[in-house]
Order: sequence, then structure tokens, then C-alpha cells
Amino acid sequence: MFKIVHAQFLAPGIKRFVIEAPRIACKQQPGQFVILRIYEEGERIPVTIENSDPEKGTINIVVQSAGKTTNLLNTLETGDSILDVVGPLGKPSEIRNYGTVVVIGGGVGTAMAYPTAAALKRAGNRVISIVGARNRELVILVKEMREVSDALLITTDDGSYADKGFVTDKLRQLIENGTRIDLVVAVGPIVMMKAVSALTRKENIHTVVSLNPIMIDGTGMCGGCRVLIDGKSEFACVDGPEFDGHKVNFEVLVQRNTMYRTAEQQSMEEFKRLQTAETEEGAVCGATSSSRQGEQR
Amino acid sequence: MSPTASKSKNPLSPKERIKVPRQLMPEQPAEVRANNFDEVNLGYNPELAQQEALRCLECAKPTCTDNCPVGIDVKEFVQRIVIGDFLGAAAKIREANVLPAITGRVCPQEDQCEGKCLLSKKVKPLGIGYLERFVADYEQRMGTHIVPNAEPTGKKVAIVGSGPSGLTVAGDLIQKGHKVRVFEALHEIGGVLVYGIPEFRLPKQIVREQIDYMRQMGVEFETDVVVGRTVTIDELLEEEGFDAVYIGTGAGLPQFMNIPGEHLNGVYSANEFLTRINLMKAYKFPVYDEPMLDLRGKDVAVIGGGNTALDAIRSALRLGARKAYVIYRRSDAEMPARAEEVHHARQEGIDFQMLTAPVEFLSDGKGWLTAARCVRMELGEPDASGRRRPVPMQRSEFDLPLSVVVIAIGTTANPIVQSTTPGLGTNKRGYIQASEETQRTTRKGVFAGGDIVTGAATVILAMGAGRRGANSIHQYLTTGEW
Repeated sequence: MFKIVHAQFLAPGIKRFVIEAPRIACKQQPGQFVILRIYEEGERIPVTIENSDPEKGTINIVVQSAGKTTNLLNTLETGDSILDVVGPLGKPSEIRNYGTVVVIGGGVGTAMAYPTAAALKRAGNRVISIVGARNRELVILVKEMREVSDALLITTDDGSYADKGFVTDKLRQLIENGTRIDLVVAVGPIVMMKAVSALTRKENIHTVVSLNPIMIDGTGMCGGCRVLIDGKSEFACVDGPEFDGHKVNFEVLVQRNTMYRTAEQQSMEEFKRLQTAETEEGAVCGATSSSRQGEQR
Repeated sequence: MSPTASKSKNPLSPKERIKVPRQLMPEQPAEVRANNFDEVNLGYNPELAQQEALRCLECAKPTCTDNCPVGIDVKEFVQRIVIGDFLGAAAKIREANVLPAITGRVCPQEDQCEGKCLLSKKVKPLGIGYLERFVADYEQRMGTHIVPNAEPTGKKVAIVGSGPSGLTVAGDLIQKGHKVRVFEALHEIGGVLVYGIPEFRLPKQIVREQIDYMRQMGVEFETDVVVGRTVTIDELLEEEGFDAVYIGTGAGLPQFMNIPGEHLNGVYSANEFLTRINLMKAYKFPVYDEPMLDLRGKDVAVIGGGNTALDAIRSALRLGARKAYVIYRRSDAEMPARAEEVHHARQEGIDFQMLTAPVEFLSDGKGWLTAARCVRMELGEPDASGRRRPVPMQRSEFDLPLSVVVIAIGTTANPIVQSTTPGLGTNKRGYIQASEETQRTTRKGVFAGGDIVTGAATVILAMGAGRRGANSIHQYLTTGEW
């Protein structure tokens, strides 16, 4: 059991949890993730590590409500526990002094981009960060990103905050202004990473993206997270999650991520139905999840 | 090798013993079990077990024991069954094997103990696996007797991976008085016993009971630890005070065929398919959250001819598949699966497409699998494995309509531990180098065994390595000599 020592919404549907996980806190490096399972009947899902504190033995994860598990997770509060948290998984980001690096965070992807930006800054890079979101409310970690960036550019799809547009608009402006860019790191929705990669391919700028395929064990055992890189199968959990954006087959990634759409919708509907029922009874969802937790350790 | 009758408690003469037929294993009828995940074999009752035990010729030099990777004293435990001392029989097995209820179910006995049984020269071999399973289950029902551990030695051993190899090392070392802690990457203990082998062949309750027994012996388990990522081998040795480490992480990464269409939705590795079913209980969706594709009324094929392939396709059948095929590029004779599994699969109606191999997976244009394009093969000259090489036949191409394909053609080494442990030698294929006698690696204090050393093999071979590893670790800890 892993205790939640602090839980706080960063934006509607996006929550940050500080979790007691001393082993992971000691080892976490930028670019890595954890897999967690909330209760005995739960699925295993990969989740972003935003930060860690080795001295306190805690890690920060950031979760956006999407399906049943993430919605359920986001009902948990300070003092609740998560049944299983395993990690840190994946290869760490390759941190060195590249020169000028543009770090792009799209939506909740900003949480994964943040530690990489911070490490690149510490390694002596000039870091230009671009944070994009659908609207004002969903822009997260602005303060944190500003602290580790030489410049921070923000866009929203609807223009409700900062500049209206997409992260690629900002990146294109940088390129057009003649900014010398040695590396682009992009973490966010697949469509965003694909668009960034398409833009930088033309400009011949090395681009790293962080992929988020369906995963079970996260140790290379199941092969469910296989992605096509330069026409070859690689496993996002052990060979990634970061890959050369110019070599990624994004179409296959999108297609494979739809594999369980029907089941996911069914789970979500069931979750909503239960939540409605519980609200009517005045029960707290967090209590339900802990009561479903079976015998462990 | 002549039968000895001197101290025998067996009332039958050797000639009479040969006349006793091998006692059939009671099993669920094929048409019933094809629709459920309950165990196929139901187990002997005491009468059947004693009747079967009477068949043992009690050879002076028992080749069954010589052919057992952990060296179980078969003759002695079978004799104890003859006189009705079932708990004594269990205790005898436990001297060599900490997981008898498991090996009794999943060992390829026909290649080991039973394969060399003297009876098999004339009649069917002694049902050693069935007898082992019987006494293990009997002992479990009666309440397992915990053998006291030796005096504490003050030494601590870390075991990486809780599969059959690691559990064997843990059981052996705790008995010798060492402290033992087992690290497991997944959320459940048991490795391939829980994620790989299905319920109908090895009920998870059996695995849990064996692990509870080890807990009672004093073995500590820590789940959710990926050694190499969460903690390194060096940290275990230098910072956490372990005196030795045994690596039993298993074979790991599933191999794919590198043919077009392998990324289509509907194409699984056997590891993923079985993990969803066995570990994550996806077949109980939506009670369990982990999903899998709905197989009801669908046509499903597995590629490969090993135990994993049969486990996968028989699971698909139980999940409602309309047609369930095994596609194997060689012939029956070369199939590596356990004989009993092949027999059971045929009874259940699995369609074996032998001497056949897929060359491409076809899609509906929207990313979903619709068929496997296959070719027929014929056997040519023997290859490096000694088996006749399958060669594609000209103009034999045909399309087999399928909704789901499971690829079960083997695994490659998982690199996580090797790549994070400086000085740990590996072979060309990425497996850990370890001595065949002592399981010592190239790193002092670090031992390895099972699939991570040999490549994918069997539960019992991994346990055999565990047994040698435990003896070798004990020697290292008591002498300090490397």
C-alpha cells in the first residue's frame, strides 16, 4: 500500500498526488513513469511522475481523468492509499548540454515535460518551454515551468489564456525568427507530438517524443506497448518511452490505443452509474475504493 | 536395474505389478471443460493413488530420480504411498522440491522421470506426476507440516523474481537458516505460475497455498519492485546489507515474427494475452477492470507449438472462440508442448494446422485483423536444433480468416537487470552467464538461474537451477570463498 500524503487538483480533472514511495523517490529520473493499480480488481495504468523528493521519500504523480481508473483515482484524497505503485519505469531522458532546447508540454503532458526541462536547465542548456492546453483552466504547472525555463511561451486552443493557437504555432515562430534550436522535446497528446515532429523534420531538428501506448507490466514482459519505430517493433516500457519523433509511426500508435475503446466505454458508464448511485446515498467514492481493496502483503 | 523385493512393502511381485494398468487421471469431460476455467485434471483419490503406486518396480538404481532436475527420491515416496503414509510421502518429496503441487501438474514427466521409468519398456510408465500431485494436495488438505529451519546464520539473501526458480532458492535457503527476501516486479507473487500458466492447468489457489507455506517458513516477499529500476543489484549488496543475490527474472520479452501486419489490433503476444487473462483476470471483465478483446463467436489462432501456445489457445476456446487453431510450422513429432496438453487440446476440439506458417496478417483497412495469410511447409534437412527444418511449399498460400492471433514463438532476454549491473556477464543472446554447476555469475556474490540463463525452458528446469543455486549460495555464505 502506498499512502497519499497530499492530493490537490491542478485543473479540472487533473490532480496531483504526493505519494509515499521511498524506493521510487530515490531512483526517479526525468522521463520515467510509474504503473499503478488502485484496488484488487483494478487495471494497471502508466502514470506520469512530475517530481520526487528522495529525502521525504515521496513522488508526485499527475493524473488526468479519462477512463474509469483515472476518474476513480482522482476521487482519492489525502490519507487514502493506492494498492500498487511500481517504478520508476522506462529509460530516463538523455540529459546533457545540447545548447538550446525547446521543451513542449501539451495538456497533462506538461507534468512529464517539467522534470526533463528542469534537468536540461541544470545541465546548462538554454531552455525555451512551450505549454499548450485546450483552455485557460487546463494550463498547468506555469510557475514550475517558468522557474526552469529561460523563456516560457503559452498557448490555448481557444485563446482564453495567453495566445490563441497551438504549440506548433509557437515553435514555428521560433524557427522563423531564426532561433537556433538543437533539440525539441515534446510530451503531450499523440496528435500534438505528431504535428511537432512533422514540423521539425522539415527543419532537420532532432526531436524526442514520449509515447503512451497501452501497457500492462511495464517491464518488457507483455509486449502490449509495442510501437513501430523506423519500421521496427520496440517496446515503449523498456526501449522508451522516449523515441526519435521522426521515426515514430504515429498512425499505428493511435490505432493500437483504440483497441479497447468498447470496453473502456463500458467501464466508464458503469463508473458513472455507480457514482450517481453513491452520491444519492451520500457515500464517498474514496471509501468505496478502499473497501474494494483485497488482501495484500 | 533389476527390481528389488528385499525391503519392499509392496505385496505384489514384479510380474504382478506389470499387470496392474496405469490408473487413469479423472478429468472434467472435454465438452464441459471447454467452457470453464476449472482444472482439467481432478486428481487421484487415495485408492487410485495406492493402486498406481503398487506398479513401481522399485529399481535398485532408479533412473526416474536421475532424470529429475531436482532429484526427487521417487522410489521412496512411492513406497510410502503404498503403505498409506501420504504425509510421509509428501515430506520425502519436500526434501528435494518445495513446490510439489505445482510440479505435479506442470512438469513434462514424459521427458523426465516417467520417460526413463523401467515399466515403459513394456507397459505405460508409472504415473509419477499424478502421484506427486496427489500427495502434495493431500498434505495441503491435512495442513502442511512446517519443517523447522536451521539455526539462524545471520546471512541475508536477496532473490530477484518470484517464479519457480526464485521460490526454490528461497525455500532451500530459509531452511538452511539464512534470511531470505524475494523481490517481485508484478503485484502478485509467483511469476510465470501466476501470469503465464492458466487456471485450468494450475489453479492460482494452489500457487497461493505454496507461497503461504513459504511465508510461514519465514520467507519475506516484496512486490512492486523492478530490480534494476526500483533498486539495483549493487544497492542490494552494498546498501541494503544482502550477502548474496540470486537472479531468477525469467525469459522475458516476447518475440514477434517481423512479418507485415503484426501491429494490427487483434494481434497479441502470448505473454500479453495470458497476462490479461491469468494475472489481470480480464476474462471476468467488467468485475475486473482490465479489458481484453471479446472472443465470443470469433475465430482465433495461436502461432507456435509449445506449452504457452496451447495455454493461450485453450484459454481462447474457454472464452467462447468459435474456431480455435494452432498454427505450427513443423509436425506433431517436433511439437515441444507436454504430451498431456496436446492430448487434452485435441479432445477439446482445437484445430491443429500443422506444417503451416503465417507470412502476413491482413487487415480490414481500419487497423483490425481479418485473416492470416499462411503457407504450408514440408520438412527438410535437420537444422541447428536437430529438428527437421520446415521449408515453405510453392504455391501453397491460403488465407485463414481470423479475428485474433496470439503469437507464441518464444521469448528473448529481458535486459533490465543486465543493463543496470556493471560487470555482470551476458552471452550473445543477452542471457546472464552462469556456471552450470554453481549458478555463479561473473559478479562475486551474484548467482543466476532459470530462463534468464538458459532462455525459455520449463518450470522444473528453473527449479533445478534454483536448487543448485541455493546449495552454491549456502556454500559461499558459510565459507566466504568465491
